[in-house]
Amino acid sequence: MELSVVELSRLQFAMTALYHFLFVPLTIGLSILLAVMETVYVMTGREIWKRMVKFWGTLFGINFVLGVATGLTMEFQFGMNWAYFSQYVGDVFGAPLAIEGLMAFFMEATFVGLFFFGWDKLTKRQHLAATWAVALGTNLSALWILIANGWMQHPVGAMFNPDAMRMEVTSFYEVLFNPVAQAKFVHTVSAGYVTAALFVIGISSWYLLKNRYLDLAKRSIAVASAFGFASALSVVVLGDESGYEANLNQKMKLATIEAMWETEPAPASFNVIAIPDMEKRDNLFAIEVPYVMGLIATRSLDTQIPGIKELVEESKDRIRQGAIAWDALQKIRANPKDVDPDVRETFIQNQHTLGYAYLLMPFTDTPLEATNEQIDAAAWSAVPNVWPMFYAFRIMVACGFFFILLTAVIFYFSSSGRLDDLRTRYRWILHIAVWSIPFPWIACEMGWFVAEYGRQPWIIEGMLPTSAAVSSLSVWEVMITLAVFIALYSTLLVIEVSLMLKAIRKGPEDGETPRSPQIAPVSQAFPAAAE
Amino acid sequence: MILHELIDYSTLKMIWWLLLGILLIGFAVTDGFDMGVGTLLPFLGETDTERRVAINTIGATWEGNQVWFILGGGAIFAAWPPLYAISFSGFYLAMFIVLAAMILRPVAFKYRSKRPDPNWRSGWDWALFIGSSVPALVFGVAVGNVLLGVPFRLDLDLRMTYEGSFFDLFSPFSLLCGLLSLSMLVMHGGAWLGLKADGVVAERGRRYGSFAAIMVLCLFALGGWLIMNGYIVGYRITSDVDPNMPANPLWTEVARDPSAWMRNFHAHSIFWIAPALGFLGAFGALIGLQSRFEKLTFFASKMSVFGIISTVGVSMFPFILPSSVQPNASLTVWDAASSHATLFNMLVATVIFLPIVLAYTAWVYRVLWGKVDERTIEDNNHTAY
Repeated sequence: MELSVVELSRLQFAMTALYHFLFVPLTIGLSILLAVMETVYVMTGREIWKRMVKFWGTLFGINFVLGVATGLTMEFQFGMNWAYFSQYVGDVFGAPLAIEGLMAFFMEATFVGLFFFGWDKLTKRQHLAATWAVALGTNLSALWILIANGWMQHPVGAMFNPDAMRMEVTSFYEVLFNPVAQAKFVHTVSAGYVTAALFVIGISSWYLLKNRYLDLAKRSIAVASAFGFASALSVVVLGDESGYEANLNQKMKLATIEAMWETEPAPASFNVIAIPDMEKRDNLFAIEVPYVMGLIATRSLDTQIPGIKELVEESKDRIRQGAIAWDALQKIRANPKDVDPDVRETFIQNQHTLGYAYLLMPFTDTPLEATNEQIDAAAWSAVPNVWPMFYAFRIMVACGFFFILLTAVIFYFSSSGRLDDLRTRYRWILHIAVWSIPFPWIACEMGWFVAEYGRQPWIIEGMLPTSAAVSSLSVWEVMITLAVFIALYSTLLVIEVSLMLKAIRKGPEDGETPRSPQIAPVSQAFPAAAE
Repeated sequence: MILHELIDYSTLKMIWWLLLGILLIGFAVTDGFDMGVGTLLPFLGETDTERRVAINTIGATWEGNQVWFILGGGAIFAAWPPLYAISFSGFYLAMFIVLAAMILRPVAFKYRSKRPDPNWRSGWDWALFIGSSVPALVFGVAVGNVLLGVPFRLDLDLRMTYEGSFFDLFSPFSLLCGLLSLSMLVMHGGAWLGLKADGVVAERGRRYGSFAAIMVLCLFALGGWLIMNGYIVGYRITSDVDPNMPANPLWTEVARDPSAWMRNFHAHSIFWIAPALGFLGAFGALIGLQSRFEKLTFFASKMSVFGIISTVGVSMFPFILPSSVQPNASLTVWDAASSHATLFNMLVATVIFLPIVLAYTAWVYRVLWGKVDERTIEDNNHTAY
């Protein structure tokens, strides 16, 4: 298979982002759980809660550094692999990234040092403040990166400036309060909370099954199941909010998620299972539930959801209009300092469709003279592959409902004071909890895939196709970096998981199986968590 | 909203040139000593405990310091998108090497003391060495290339093509700049160790730091001499420039000129302060390292870093990335910035948040103050890095 620079760069971005997103959700959620546990410690003064913070903090630390390390790549690879994207939208997209660093990264990174090294140097309350600062910084960073990402999905508050040949901000307010970004933010952090909750529940369940560190495990489960149940509900409800926003702004994404080729009479039915066929442009097979889709996506009984074919027809009109904008732009940039006002006016009238003209570039160099066949091909090139979208979405949703069920059951046992029943009569529930640890990660990665693959072929929805956004690199350069990234990240992941398992097996240091005495310093009132 | 009209566009462009300078210096001054310590690591400690002393002088704070680097990337993206796009894609493999090295660093800090196995620890120590020394060297090489001009072209869509190769990045002059940058950060790391470590580790830090300070003095002088005598051809704008122009690099005309990098110094003699600080700082650090005035040493070393980086900035102003093959495509402060509104919004964010960041960073350093010695490590065997 021959891969182009565009495809390799996409692979590299997907790979580095998916790896990064293995570590981030746990950081987001666990930072909050740590802060909650430490708050209980400060309020009650009971040492067991401090031990819990230190134990889960150790696991947090092992995970946190890889989030930081893989995050470095995220900050720089837009420039490295997506130079034209960076030039084209840096004026809008760069600001949230910079503010993320200023407002969020500094906070989490500065205070995480105090979290680990400040136990003996700070008062209880000061240390608690440091822990909350880590949690706040972590969650704020998610806000800013999703404002940036939300803008790629729904580019509001910006216009193309033909003099600078790029998109420029017209309303920073609209960029910040982009409804897509807001919906994504709450959905994503909730997903992080669920991830951390299931992580804590799973490991604690393992201790309960093994009859180890019962004090710590029971309290951890109590906190995590309450937190996890609330978060699991919110991740599904707020995910629905994202779906509603997608219907308003990214109709193609929604149509491919649903494998909905034709526009159906409202309210549309929901395909539970389907075998979509890109060649025939139809589903070979589908099991439908009537009304459900229309209700979810439009929250009404009479609003239609356009199918893929109708959307393609709409794209064709935009491509034709985009070609006019493109032509006017060529005239403007050929002689920028002396532009015919009519040409400029033509451009301004049509500039919102400029991106669609770029869809024609693989088929013709003269968009204004494009044939109907070329326009047809260009419009169909704007449909993402349907079946990966369809199934990734369903896996994610199925996981979501499973998390609600699992956390609800465990929350029921813990809140009714019957955790010991889990250890005796219902051990199978604990076994399920242990084996469920990986599922939030699967759901998170699927969610990323649906959001970003579903945006294709656009890098900025409707504005700039991914294929036009890439750097001038050679295939072998990207191949080398992709190969090294895969090797490096995979090695680090294996090391991370092995250290994680080691720390879990060892448990909190002052548990039932005391370690051989180390040189016990007077300054350390309480032996530290395993590090 | 036209709030951003409060400050005119050209002033904002100028302010952002200063802010990005401050950011770069902030990075070199804070993460710089971390990199210096990491580079010295293989030479500082003969025993595991000695190496841990060195690592733990920066253990609790390197993470916050590294954010200066990340913020640098983000701020360049936001304030000078063409620079972000062209330099990172142009220097693709070099940038990748920096990233790969820097990815090793956080992991090495956190994981090295998780297992007692000497091979495990020595492996991570080498990762720390690579993660510190390689970026320190490559950043200097990159600056050297920027001074020489970078082989990129822009078409009318402002789409960039890069005509150089990875190995072209390493010319004698750019290597000189790389060595200068490495020496500068090692000097700074040595000064930090004198301040924060105790015993034999501090002693070795002083010795290597002094050697690095001498290197800084020699290399900085040599680089300056090459530029003053016109061996390094600079760039200057030959067309009229409207500082309020839209951000289109192709709108200005640029020519190569052997005396261009000295023009600002000849025009305004006050700028000589920058190289003077570079020399005096390094000299002060050398004296301080020898005579053990630790606080003075570290201050002098900071001044040197500040002076050296400012010298490059002043010398090139208003250029930020000249093109050697299509000089008219060169990026300058005037024609490569973000829009008026973005520069303004970012300034507001910076004015609000930077003081907050500086305040809590200072507080954290104060909380964690105190020398690290072998006893500290033994007492905190399980929590220390």
